[in-house]
Amino acid sequence: MNETHKVIAIEVLRYRPELDEKPFFQTYQVPFTEEMSVLQGLLYIKDELDGTLSFRWSCRMAICGSCGAMIDGVPMLGCHTFLRDYYPNKVRVEPLAHFPIERDLVVGADDFIGKLERIKPYIVPKEPRTLAEGEYLQTPAQLERILQFSSCINCMLCYAACPQYGLDPAFIGPGVLALLHRYNADSRDAARADRMQLVNAEEGVWSCTAVGYCSEVCPKGVDPANAVNQNKTASAADYFLHWLPKGSGK
Amino acid sequence: MDVFKADVAIVGAGGAGLRAAIAVAEADPSLTVALISKVYPMRSHTVAAEGGSAGVVQANDSLQHHFDDTVTGGDWLCEQDTVDYFVAHCAEEMVQLEHWGCPWSRKDDGHVDIRAFGGMKIERTWFAADKTGFHMLHTLFQTSIKYPSIKRFDEHFCCDLIVDDGRCHGVLAIEIGTGEFRLIQAKAVIIATGGAGRVFRQNTNGGIVTGDGMALAYRYGVPLRDMEFIQYHPTCLPGSGLLITEACRGEGGIMVNKDGHRYLQDYGLGPADPWPRKKAMELGPRDRLCQAFWHEEQNGRTIATAQGQAVHLDLRHLGKEKLHQRLPQICEMAEAFLGVDPVYAPIPVRPAVHYTMGGILVDTKTASPLPGLYAAGECSSIGIHGANRLGSNSLAELCVFGKVAGSEAARFARSIAAANSTTIERQADAARQRAMNVVSRSKGSERISVLRNEMALSMERGCGIYRTGRDMQDTCDKIDELKLRYRDVEVGDKSSVWNTEWLLAIELGYLLDVAQAIVYSALNRKESRGAHQRLDGFDQRDDANYLKHSLAHYVDAGPPRIDYGPVAITRSQPGTRAYGAAGEQAERDRKRAGAAHE
Repeated sequence: MNETHKVIAIEVLRYRPELDEKPFFQTYQVPFTEEMSVLQGLLYIKDELDGTLSFRWSCRMAICGSCGAMIDGVPMLGCHTFLRDYYPNKVRVEPLAHFPIERDLVVGADDFIGKLERIKPYIVPKEPRTLAEGEYLQTPAQLERILQFSSCINCMLCYAACPQYGLDPAFIGPGVLALLHRYNADSRDAARADRMQLVNAEEGVWSCTAVGYCSEVCPKGVDPANAVNQNKTASAADYFLHWLPKGSGK
Repeated sequence: MDVFKADVAIVGAGGAGLRAAIAVAEADPSLTVALISKVYPMRSHTVAAEGGSAGVVQANDSLQHHFDDTVTGGDWLCEQDTVDYFVAHCAEEMVQLEHWGCPWSRKDDGHVDIRAFGGMKIERTWFAADKTGFHMLHTLFQTSIKYPSIKRFDEHFCCDLIVDDGRCHGVLAIEIGTGEFRLIQAKAVIIATGGAGRVFRQNTNGGIVTGDGMALAYRYGVPLRDMEFIQYHPTCLPGSGLLITEACRGEGGIMVNKDGHRYLQDYGLGPADPWPRKKAMELGPRDRLCQAFWHEEQNGRTIATAQGQAVHLDLRHLGKEKLHQRLPQICEMAEAFLGVDPVYAPIPVRPAVHYTMGGILVDTKTASPLPGLYAAGECSSIGIHGANRLGSNSLAELCVFGKVAGSEAARFARSIAAANSTTIERQADAARQRAMNVVSRSKGSERISVLRNEMALSMERGCGIYRTGRDMQDTCDKIDELKLRYRDVEVGDKSSVWNTEWLLAIELGYLLDVAQAIVYSALNRKESRGAHQRLDGFDQRDDANYLKHSLAHYVDAGPPRIDYGPVAITRSQPGTRAYGAAGEQAERDRKRAGAAHE
């Protein structure tokens, strides 16, 4: 590092369950350049200052979804947040809110993954089709209905933003509900009825209190709040249809 | 030690590993699959592939064209029988992904849309905007959830293979969250761990791309084939090396030097106009484009940026609407990482390491020479990439050969009985001790990051776009030295839970072994072919002596032994790789010769 580099203080929440009784903050002085992300700052710490700091990362380009953290209190991807925007102040990095801390910046993702697995996140074909018959036709307009919701990178920032998930971890939560909506809205899929049972349940869409912070923090422009709301409408429609005599309303 | 008994164990849950797991589950739902990954599957580096995946669909295209583009692009170092199988199965796999929900971009009539890529005679790249790898990976991951026989071991780090009596019997993994060891016993093992781009400094790869599976197979006597062929991608961000997809050029983007000149026309890829046109100029093959950059830089015609020399990738003429629809991620990345809006300004780009053409030697059915061990995807060398991979063949490869690996491993697993558990567990205990030693033997004199940086810098110097014997020899010496120093690597962290420093140290061991295979293979190839270009008197292709695959064999405590194997040439004899106007002329000559025959 040459002398023209500025130095920023990065304050990181540390917690090593085998050594520390409780989490504490540790501050590192990190020389940085204009283009350096918070993730690059953490990598500098890991390589040059303290090899014991643990965090997840991989792609460096905001697509693998590994490096989410609370950066100055806001859920962000470390690779997509830049040190220059915090300097000359310090920047504080903590694990994602609402998840159990496993160590340092690493949180337990089991709950999220379990929920993702529960919603049948795959196509249950409306009309089975052999490979020889080629692709299902899907118009650009039909694709448009699912494209945004299929862009979720599972980074879990929206869970860290969601006050309801913070209060009640049973809530399926924004990201997974967006994914559920992605499959329900797919012109090729037939499992909507099954998934709607989850949507209608206590921990489904009705847990959402429409704060909308989930959509604000999404780094990929997915709008989980919109998915949840569309499903509230669908869920309400299901509720009223339920009272109609059998055979009507179809 | 905790033991899990599977029929098939798969190491790596990116595109190839997931496709293989699904293939096993579909072949025989009674077989238990252990799918082991050091990250959650959707973090795997397949996620970062942008441009697209090949598959012949257009009426004016043909399997022969795809074959020719692949074999020519690979400078005739391809296994032609395997390429035939590959091109015949690509489109089927793309349709399969469509049935599984992959959001391919569409035409107005509802059919899947395709785009042009470099080195390609006719458009055949299937794409999902510019996040193709992301959508393929998530589609495969989410689809894999419907198969109960697939048991995932997420965030499990594979630290050894279990090999006994000439057969592979499983793997030893560390559960990262606890530091506990888990023996995963299996009748067949598929390696699908991806490439090794992190042996270089400027690269497009994620931090996890450390050649783990390559190094593991190599240490058990499986040769690494054609390792000297490292693909540099011509359009990456200076400094970070982040990838700016070839699809930018497929959509009509141009590249200019500091004088605003489309310099590629000076390197046998012209004429510049009309544009766009296939297999010419910016749609030439990756190796040629990188070589042209190197010459421009030597001649002082590149652009200085804070992160080093670059040229400009200009997309402005495509217009805002098309850019946002077809290349949304590129727009977002340019804005975030460079503060450049491609609608209004060109993107500075330069070559960076992107892909390892070589890998674990496997036959046409993905079987390695070690019984019970299979490999698929970038970690493998099945022979379709030759000396230079054709853009959009790698995503297709994951599916085509991931599926083959799954079916073959399932067949093998059904054909044999499980091995004696006592022997296996003894092997696992020894492997566990070796992994623990990385922490406990530490003398604390060498820092992981210092060794890694010295390796990456030296590899960049010795195994760059152009190479000389002297530089390669220096890098060989450097890697040998680093391997010795690695014995004293320091792991200060002695804890069990999420001890990433320990894993980094093991990964560094993998990287150094793979780096050594790369540079020694390179030094020994005394010719220029595809991505291996020499400046020291070996600047031509030498079919008489080097139309053969190099094989690096692991040698304990010494440099690898390099020997050679034959290339399967069925119907395309080595010729001139001509692009641009020369390529079009060669094509006309071929047609005329063909017509004369008939």
